[in-house]
Amino acid sequence: MSEQHESERIGAAVIWRKGADGIVTLTLDDPDQRVNTMNAAYTDSMRAAVDRLEAERETVTGVILASAKKSFFAGGDLSLLKEGSPETAGAQTAHIDGVKADLRRLEQLGRPVVAAINGAALGGGLEVALAAHHRVVADVPGCRVGLPEITFGLLPGGGGITRTVRMLGLQKALGEVILTGRTFTPRAALELGLVDAVVDDVADLDAAARAWIADHPAPVAPWDQKGFRIPGGGADHPSNARVMPAIIANLRKRLKGAPMPAPRAALAAAVEGSIVDFDTASQVETRYLVSLTCGQVAKNMIEAFFFDKQAIEAGASRPSDYPPSTAERVGVIGAGMMGAGIAYVAAKAGCEVVMSDVTLDAAMRGKAYAERIEAKAVSRGRTTPEASAALLARITPTGDLADLRGVDFVVEAVYESVELKQRVFAEVEAVAAPEALLGSNTSTLPIELLSRGVKRPADFIGIHFFSPVDRMKLVEIVRGANTSDATLARAFDFVRQIGKTPIVVNDARGFFTSRVIGRFTAEAVAAVGEGIEPATIEQAALQAGYPTGALQLLDELTLTLTQKIQRENRKAIEAEGGAYTAHPCEAVFDRMIDTLDRKGRSTGGGFYDYDADGKRVGLWPGLREAFDAGSTEIPFIDLQERMLFAEAIDTVRCLDEGVLTSAADANIGSLLGIGFPPWTGGVLRYIDQYAGGPAGFVTRARELAERYGAHFEPPASLVAKAKAGETYC
Amino acid sequence: MTSAYIYDAIRTPRGKNRGGALHGIKPIDLVVGLLDALKDRNPTLDVERIDDIVLGVVSPVGEQGGDIARIAALAAGLPETVAGVQLNRFCASGLEAVNTAAAKVAGGADRLVIAGGVESMSRVPMGSDGGAYVQDPATAYDAYFVPQGIGADLIATLEGFGREHIDRFAVASQRRAAEAWETGRFARSIVPVRDINGLVVLDCDEHVRPDSTVDGLAKLRPAFAHIGDVAGFDAVALQKYHQVDRIEHVHTAANSSGIVDGAALMLIGDEQIGYALGMKPRARIVSMAVTGSEPTIMLTGPTPATRKALDRAGLGVDDIDLFEVNEAFASVVLKWMRDLDVPHGKVNVDGGAIAMGHPLGATGCVILGTLLDALERTGQRYGLATLCVGAGMGIATIIERV
Repeated sequence: MSEQHESERIGAAVIWRKGADGIVTLTLDDPDQRVNTMNAAYTDSMRAAVDRLEAERETVTGVILASAKKSFFAGGDLSLLKEGSPETAGAQTAHIDGVKADLRRLEQLGRPVVAAINGAALGGGLEVALAAHHRVVADVPGCRVGLPEITFGLLPGGGGITRTVRMLGLQKALGEVILTGRTFTPRAALELGLVDAVVDDVADLDAAARAWIADHPAPVAPWDQKGFRIPGGGADHPSNARVMPAIIANLRKRLKGAPMPAPRAALAAAVEGSIVDFDTASQVETRYLVSLTCGQVAKNMIEAFFFDKQAIEAGASRPSDYPPSTAERVGVIGAGMMGAGIAYVAAKAGCEVVMSDVTLDAAMRGKAYAERIEAKAVSRGRTTPEASAALLARITPTGDLADLRGVDFVVEAVYESVELKQRVFAEVEAVAAPEALLGSNTSTLPIELLSRGVKRPADFIGIHFFSPVDRMKLVEIVRGANTSDATLARAFDFVRQIGKTPIVVNDARGFFTSRVIGRFTAEAVAAVGEGIEPATIEQAALQAGYPTGALQLLDELTLTLTQKIQRENRKAIEAEGGAYTAHPCEAVFDRMIDTLDRKGRSTGGGFYDYDADGKRVGLWPGLREAFDAGSTEIPFIDLQERMLFAEAIDTVRCLDEGVLTSAADANIGSLLGIGFPPWTGGVLRYIDQYAGGPAGFVTRARELAERYGAHFEPPASLVAKAKAGETYC
Repeated sequence: MTSAYIYDAIRTPRGKNRGGALHGIKPIDLVVGLLDALKDRNPTLDVERIDDIVLGVVSPVGEQGGDIARIAALAAGLPETVAGVQLNRFCASGLEAVNTAAAKVAGGADRLVIAGGVESMSRVPMGSDGGAYVQDPATAYDAYFVPQGIGADLIATLEGFGREHIDRFAVASQRRAAEAWETGRFARSIVPVRDINGLVVLDCDEHVRPDSTVDGLAKLRPAFAHIGDVAGFDAVALQKYHQVDRIEHVHTAANSSGIVDGAALMLIGDEQIGYALGMKPRARIVSMAVTGSEPTIMLTGPTPATRKALDRAGLGVDDIDLFEVNEAFASVVLKWMRDLDVPHGKVNVDGGAIAMGHPLGATGCVILGTLLDALERTGQRYGLATLCVGAGMGIATIIERV
């Protein structure tokens, strides 16, 4: 075969270019997508490329894996992975093993293979690079490497487990990479040992790769060398065997018993693979991956955390007729915990922020929050002192609302009082830029009501952040009756600007998130009143996959806040002439607050006791006597499904009432905002994926209604959907 | 079906784990010493008639591995026709060996079998053999595996046994053991361990702390609080026992069984072999039972095993004169007594594993021998021995003095 210097496509997704020096560059370039993924085009092309490399081996001196995209390789083909089923397990296994066999052939070609990583290499993308003998990465913005499969209910089954265990050692590979799903900057990846070299510029990659090839004419992967030993030994080595029971137990502890199969499967694949040879380990890894793709949880999580999130962030709920906007000067009113957090994230995104409170001192305390976070980030090397100083300089604290002069974007975060908020907005409207967006961070108050004080209600909108603002990814945008599409688009753009995920809901008491999370806690509190063991109630929530037990959550929020919301809700319903049906939880709240003086953590104790430092020490023993704890036992699954169903059914009502307009908003809102269990793929998908689908859900809802109250009666729209054989997502 | 009889029962003294006298003695030598003693004590025993040796070992690896029963037979110079098998039912192994031998004899497969067990815990540490239950993520995760100590503390939490209650039980075990030694109650069973030159290395249970007091024990730190927290085991157990808010860690090194070295043997045969060899049986094996129980709490098996053995014997709890309930942990015995409504006065009358130690593979045989000694001393008829067992099992054997 003659030498070629021209580029040519080999298959659809790989460009082959062989230089006079015998170095072949395989440039990954998916013809149909913005990014490379492990789809059929890749699979076919890579197979053809490796075939040809083998055929031309005698004239090949090295191989460079490169990408024609901005990123290196985005990962596995999630569309394919979510279609797995027990019936197709054989075909999936063969497919995955086939993809891996090609990479294994590349690794064993007997010629140096270098991955030139020009941008993000995640999941399957990093796994392709791991099959190379050497990885050189460009330290450019947005370039991250890692194996995030676990966050989609999957595991790194493209060789990621088998190779990282052999590169880093069992405990480090599991603890740093596989079980966390963490992604790393190029320098962090270098330090960890996931990559071998870092260059400052994409343009430097090729030279670095060629230099390495020149120095290493015939590299053999460490695990293909005689006498290879996994760093720290395999799982049977005493240093691993000794701690294995604790590793296993701590995984269960960390998951709190939630039905998430992926971490268990990943741990098993890593451990079992560590005591056999490379190729057997690779097979074991495939089997565990297929066990996940055949199950429901991975499908739920892929749909929600990839497809729903992608749809939302692409603007599915944003009016499309408005050009993208950017907030320049942001006015934050109120420097409490929420205001301080909002000011911080806005400044971090590059906005100039003026943060006001009733006094300059109070505003400065709010800024101190940003200073604390930044100090920590500097000390941990996550930012530079210069960048940090610039960020903090963008936040101007003030005790005078008049200093918000000229801001083009207002976020109000003062105490939850209609009167106060209306007064503040009247004041700020007078000083802000004439077209400034007027946003309120209220978590429950009707937007239309709040906007009555302003002259421009079309520019008024709810922008509901979650606490702690710097960590919670969700923002619930609440559209009032008078809010314009233009305002909605601007609010949406702002949320994207600060790197968060916006859902869009319509105005109603409690909107979507605050209203629906209240159904979860209400069920738990009602169960306390029924005499069910409080410890069981908390475990039921945790083992259903909630991040925090409902009683613990209520203690944090204070019981009085919930009582106040319930009472206002009742007042509003009755004012409109409606009939109010009290939830059984309300009597328990009243008793806890009014009789037992247990109002929550901030007042010394609620459902739990706390020590002098405010640390939770255990359930309050007085609960036993007060509510005859343990006198009632119900099936554990009933307790769990009461919580899950109560939220799902109220979400259907939110759809019925027009509070929600899309299933993706409901799913992502429930997952990122109010701790609905991740394995479900979101609150509406929970209904779809329930055994028997929506029809199965309806049957079970009626059963719960019969046992635990009419509020479980499925809404008519849900019954109709089930009958029609439709789903929400 | 014929009946199986116990013709002899012997044991080594138990050597303590740290700085113990038996640390320099190999497990095979503990067994060989006892085999030699059996021959010496039973001069009419025709060793050609021994069919098999069944030995329990819980960590059968290294010098305890490789079918130590057969190798001990060879090392002891027994005829090459004497077979040997090692078995493992965790802490029940020693009693399982006796029961297996009894079943072989009662079923007519064999006539004369030596049964027992050995464990040199100072030389082959607990857990040396690994196993899927503990080490394999897929298995251990799904099984909610936690170590026994967590289960013992969980039993105490569920039953409301406080630290003082537990410690009082431990002190009683020490007092009873000390008194039993002082008054020579173990004299018939103890075979001192000798070195290769015949010098006595150990002639008494080394782990006993006769001067223990409740106040003194109260000062000890809970043994399982740290692993319960740091290794995640409490959280795992509470996911299953969700009604419990937290586990009270009450067990310490002093109210749990001692980690020791030791071995025990019994000579089991049918009635005819006794006539043939001129040996007098000491007790009849009346019934035996094993059962599974909830594996995470792991240690509640003695109650159902006891009931099963009683049912099979057609006996009631009150028909049994003395009980041996292995003192793996104080809470195990306290719960068993509460479940069966048996007074402490009938249970472990000469002390137990808290005082004298629990050489895992041997203990079942040890306590059955102790029970037999006590029945003979008191002239009583029925005795029942039971142990809690790893992975959630229970075992019980009823004997009748003859």
